[in-house]
This record gives sequence, structure tokens and C-alpha cells, in this order.
Amino acid sequence: MKKLLVEEIVSAVECLCMEANYNLGSDIMAGFHRALKDERSPLGQEVLERLIENAQIAHEERVPMCQDTGMAVIFVEIGQDLHVVGGGLTEAINEGVRRGYYQGYLRKSVVADPFERVNTGDNTPAVIHYDIVPGDSLHLVVAPKGFGSENMGGLKMCKPSEGLEGAMQFVVDTVDRAGGNPCPPIIVGVGVGGTMEKATFLAKKSLLREVGKHNPEVRLAEIEEVLLERINRLGIGPQGFGGVTTALAVNLEVYPTHIAGMPVAVNIGCHSTRHKEITLQGRDI
Amino acid sequence: MNEVRRIETPLTQEKLSVLKAGDNVLISGVIYTGRDAAHKKMVEALRQGEDLPFMMKDQIIYFVGPTPAKEGQVIGSAGPTTSGRMDAYSPDLIAEGLTGMIGKGLRSQEVIEAMKKHGAVYFGAIGGAGALIAKRIVLAEVIAYPELGPEAVRRLVVKDFPAIVIIDQCGHNLYEIGKAQYRA
Repeated sequence: MKKLLVEEIVSAVECLCMEANYNLGSDIMAGFHRALKDERSPLGQEVLERLIENAQIAHEERVPMCQDTGMAVIFVEIGQDLHVVGGGLTEAINEGVRRGYYQGYLRKSVVADPFERVNTGDNTPAVIHYDIVPGDSLHLVVAPKGFGSENMGGLKMCKPSEGLEGAMQFVVDTVDRAGGNPCPPIIVGVGVGGTMEKATFLAKKSLLREVGKHNPEVRLAEIEEVLLERINRLGIGPQGFGGVTTALAVNLEVYPTHIAGMPVAVNIGCHSTRHKEITLQGRDI
Repeated sequence: MNEVRRIETPLTQEKLSVLKAGDNVLISGVIYTGRDAAHKKMVEALRQGEDLPFMMKDQIIYFVGPTPAKEGQVIGSAGPTTSGRMDAYSPDLIAEGLTGMIGKGLRSQEVIEAMKKHGAVYFGAIGGAGALIAKRIVLAEVIAYPELGPEAVRRLVVKDFPAIVIIDQCGHNLYEIGKAQYRA
């Protein structure tokens, strides 16, 4: 069985926390430039130009693009033939977050209890999603999530009779209600099916997809196109100042569900939806 | 594009009376920071008749919780946070004389009514442009509630801080006007 030292995991998470907060994905940067060509609102164009400039400053000076450096959401795929040695995996991930947020001058935005609201001071704990996969490597995605956008998501346990149109209307209405709050142009993550928590998980995970890439299944890609067009007709525009660029992408993921239900979840990502990843190979130690 | 208006703080009634929803502005002078926890504390202090960290009259509050400053930086990344969470507190501060708020996102009808009644303006800064905005902040010092960390009240000196008038003192709202213009 291949082995991986926890110390490697700590370092990787530390580095990914910083890189995700300093560097805009090239897919989103390309999306900004495309939007700049299509946007008709002068204020909207100005917002897009400033977002491009902001990303350049953050990259060059290695500072966070946004002051809300997020709650660290981490997706872990662990190979079933990999043995993590030297400590606990969850503990290692949280230590990486602790170091990354401290060393990287990132804001500590986590409170220990949702009611008492005392800051933990080190941005831990992270929200960690584990998946066990074949193989002997460990794949990590660090996706710091800001709450301007997170607060604007929603879930509806639709009736099957509401059908595709009902699901699409819920997505469009959720974006419409959000207005400028989630920092448009947004990425709209949509999860349909499964159970309540499966739908929300799919919506969140879909935000990791590269902007401009559609769901590989053609009928789902077509739904993404229709949703994007409907959302961009809402008029919200960059920052909600009015315009034709409200979303850069709609990412839809589906899962089998129960005969009696159709959960529809929307998780909104801001214009700088952040995620960086790495694969760590197990070794013979 | 509208002509850019320059505003020097303090933001008096005379200065804010010419501002219209959709105006592009550059703000210079002293402004103060405050977000969720600081607002809660300030409104509690008001209700108990205690002093506020600063006199509200003709002042601007910027809803922001910056990242820690690196060596050599005045302040870390410092973009606006969602203003709606301050809706419960803003009317009380506006009644005390606050004339400007900088944030992002929708405001409640209660806030807009207080703005119309007492004369105040809501500005939008570009959400998520924290690295860019930090460059326009030339001085930052914590003046109250240091225990709140990023949420502490800071006195900032800004130079050409870029913002848009979202809601003016007549209640005209760019979020409604802009959306209606491009809605198809």
C-alpha cells in the first residue's frame, strides 16, 4: 500500500488557500473579456474593467482579490489504496487552513458557534467533503467561499409535477431576488435530484467546473444555455448596476432521485469564484 | 458615462443634495468602517445613552472588514460587504446624523425611508475589488472595538475612493433603474 505523510497534505492545503485567494482562474478572466465585448451598459463595462484590474493587482502583489477570503471548503478524493501516515487527515487539512490563512494574511471569518458567534481566530474548521475513489493518490480542491454569494443560494423541494420548467423558474427567481448582493457577474451552480443534501452538494461542486465548459450530456448542456440566457435577460448586470452580464456561466449537475421528489438547489458563486487543486501521489515509504 | 463627481468629506446636506442615483463619484477625506458586530454595538450604545466611537453627523460609514495588512501596506484588501445585514441598524445611525453609507447590494424600505427623512445617500463600491480599493486608502487606524478584529471600527483617510450613487436622498434607486433599463 502506498503512503502519504500528513505533513505533505498540510503544506499543500496551506499553499492552495493562498493561491486560490490571490489568483483569479484564467477561465474567469477569459469570461470577463468576453463579457466586456457583449456588455451594453457603460457602468457595467466599467465594473468589468475594474474587476480585471483588481485581479491583476492581486496576482502581482500576492494579496487577496477580495477581503472575504471565505470559509475554506475542501473537496478530498482519497484513493482506497492510499495510507495517510503521521496523523489524522482532517486534522492535517485544518492545520493547512490555519497556516495558509495566517501566513497568507487572509481574513479569519469563521465563528465557533452560529449563535454565540465568537471568531475562532484561525479560519478553522474547514468544511470538508470526502470521497473514496480507486487508486493510491489524494486529490485536493480548496474552494474558499465568500458569504456575499453563499447567502443568496436557495433550495426548493419541487414537486415532480413542476417539471423542468418549475426547476428552471426557481433557479431564475433565486438569481433575480439576489440582485447585486452576490457580486455579479456570477457563476450559478445548480444541483437537481438526489435528496435534500445531495442536491445542495451537487450545486456547490458544480462551481468547480471551468467557466465556459458545459455538462457533457447534451440535453443538460442545452438547459444550461437556456438558463444562462434567461438569467442574462434579468437586467441585473455587473454589480447589479444594470446590464446584460448577470452570469458568466450556469453549471448544472443532476442525480437520480425518489419517485416523489425533485430537489432543486442553487449555489451562487461570485465573479471571482475561487478554487485551486492538486494531486498528491502516494509513495513507498 | 456620467461625469465623475468629486466629494470631500464631511458629507454635508448641501453636498449630498446634488447627488443622483447612477452618479460616478470619487470620495476623499475621512470615512469610518463598520460592519455587523460594530453596528450592533453602536446601536446598543445609542440605546443606553453611551458615546459612539465617532460623531455621526455628516459622516460616511463604509461596510468593510479588511484582510490583515502585510508589511508595508496601509490596509489589506478592503472591498465592500453586503449592506443588507446592516439594515436593522442603519436607520438609527441615520437619525443620529449619518449622511453616507458605502457597501454593496440591496437595502430595505426602512433604510430608504430614513435616508429620505433625514437626508442620506447610499453608495456602492465594487464588491470583490478589494485589492484595487485598498490602493485608495491612505491611512487606517482602529478607533473602537479592537476585540472585533476585522470588524473593529476604523478611521480611514481615503483619496479618490471610487463609488457609484445607488440610492439618493430622494429614494431613486440605481438597482431598480438599471435593472429596468436592461431587462428583456
